Amino acid sequence: MADFIIDDIVDITDVVCPTTFVKAKVALEELDDGQILSVKMNDGEPVQNVPRSIKEEGHQILKLIDNEDGTYNLIVKKVGD
Amino acid sequence: MAVDYATLKKGGFMRQKQKNNFSLRLRVVGGNLTAKQLAKIAEVSDKYGDGYVHLTSRQSVEIPFIKLDDIEEVKNTLAEGDVEPGVCGPRVRTITACQGQAVCPSGCIDTYALAKELDDRYFAMELPHKFKFGITGCQNNCLKSEENDLGIKGGIKVDWRESDCIGCGVCVKACRQNAITLKDGKITVDKSKCNFCGRCFKACPTDAWDTVHGYIVSFGGLFGNSINKGETIIPFIEDKEKLMRICDAAIKFFADNAKPSERFKFTIDRVGKEKFEEKILEAYNG
Repeated sequence: MADFIIDDIVDITDVVCPTTFVKAKVALEELDDGQILSVKMNDGEPVQNVPRSIKEEGHQILKLIDNEDGTYNLIVKKVGD
Repeated sequence: MAVDYATLKKGGFMRQKQKNNFSLRLRVVGGNLTAKQLAKIAEVSDKYGDGYVHLTSRQSVEIPFIKLDDIEEVKNTLAEGDVEPGVCGPRVRTITACQGQAVCPSGCIDTYALAKELDDRYFAMELPHKFKFGITGCQNNCLKSEENDLGIKGGIKVDWRESDCIGCGVCVKACRQNAITLKDGKITVDKSKCNFCGRCFKACPTDAWDTVHGYIVSFGGLFGNSINKGETIIPFIEDKEKLMRICDAAIKFFADNAKPSERFKFTIDRVGKEKFEEKILEAYNG
């Protein structure tokens, strides 16, 4: 499974839309190009929408991991500055 | 000379409570106005109206308190800013649209281009009663397509493309219909659940879907004295040529069968849903 090395982790389960995406975006901004972020998010609205928003920002999504506790980890590779 | 209210109304002049005052409805297509148009509208409302405009419930603009004697002058002045009077009464009304694919990330179709095309084709066409078109870009339905006599909703038909899929599972969660399952790296879509929202495709990191952008059309919507949600006959219409044939057939059915002042829904009910469906399927199949 671990075909990627996580450089940073952000937990967005403590915020609601639209702050979910904002928090993930800020975390991505702090990374260098090519680094990998794991974004922990809640089931429902965040997992429905945040991956798409991150894609639309131009980053590369590698995997969505179901933690089987009502949360998911989205593995994202930062693209661009 | 007697005032010909019917002609005035046809030209978008709505009689006000205040004698000899008219609220002038303007021709707006798909909810867009240029800066040039807005400037001219502001000028006219200031000079000939009461210095304000009213935004109608269906994306038009009305300039209230236009005086009967000024009508020709007002029309000529508006024309300088590419603005024309709109329509009221028994005819095809303002074609409404959301911003659609050209601007909105959720849009599945170019709603404005389609609104322009329908406006060119049907603007002010005389019919037994009013006939409203509304175009919404996606399942979010910001423009409430089913309220209209003929509602058009953008959609995306998807087919999974295995070669580009990385098996990340994002689409499974993006789908609000629970139509998608991922098992052993393979995606299955339950087509009976798919509502053509396109969220799987839009969320997919590698665009691993073959897509057809198309239309979901509803007929007989009403949201006035009577309320009815327009109904769909064909689940998904794949191309614009077919869509236009269907619009033509629906309008023809209304023109041929409706009684004066009868809305589309009641014509369909009276003449028979089966007969109407037959006409629509005929148009679809060409």
